[in-house]
Amino acid sequence: MSTLHMVNKSPFERNAMQSCLEHTLEGDGVILFEDGVYGAVKGSAVTGLIEKKAGTVKVYVLGPDLAARGITDGRIVDGITVVDYPDFVELVTTHERTQSWL
Amino acid sequence: MSEAKKFLYVNRRAPYGTIYALESLEVVLIGAAFDQAVSLAFIDDGVFQLAKGQDTKGLGVKNFSPTFRALGDYGVTKFYVEKESLAERGLSEDDLMPITYEDENDGFAEKPSLIFVDRAEMARVMRDQDVVLSF
Repeated sequence: MSTLHMVNKSPFERNAMQSCLEHTLEGDGVILFEDGVYGAVKGSAVTGLIEKKAGTVKVYVLGPDLAARGITDGRIVDGITVVDYPDFVELVTTHERTQSWL
Repeated sequence: MSEAKKFLYVNRRAPYGTIYALESLEVVLIGAAFDQAVSLAFIDDGVFQLAKGQDTKGLGVKNFSPTFRALGDYGVTKFYVEKESLAERGLSEDDLMPITYEDENDGFAEKPSLIFVDRAEMARVMRDQDVVLSF
């Protein structure tokens, strides 16, 4: 039933993450990667969007993309899970479909 | 042959600033030719693709908006349009091209292809698919 939503654009440049979150349903997963990882950082203008969905949607962020951008795990919004590449593949297989938000 | 899969093409971009909208339409036509169950979704700036009165003569590029009206002949008869995306852009349903199809199961009666849904309904339409392709 569930969908893995994939967001790879900065939420400060495009509305992909916002639109994605507004179209999620309970049980869905959202993975932030590439420039999408900026959406996972605490205390930004978009933090509230993620916190609002925290109860119903599981949010993941790709660790290597955080590290590349100098973002330490301590700066990630509470409740977001940091994953590696094998985890990402696993998420694709454990959700029924994927949906990209370009 | 396996059963046809349900494909949803999600359009989130305005038509002429980038190539996304035209490429989406090309892929939709290909999918339809392969007898898949194809429907379209228009959200965010994607709703601009359906605007009435598009005239690209001054740009020297193809106005592909009339092609949407031909999709019914390829069995593509469901265009889900998000009401919130229209409202956010100051658009109403009347600002869009009328798009219809002939229902071969109902004496070829002409029926509207545009289905206006709210954001929550759109989320359920997305979850109802086998494959979701984004443009």
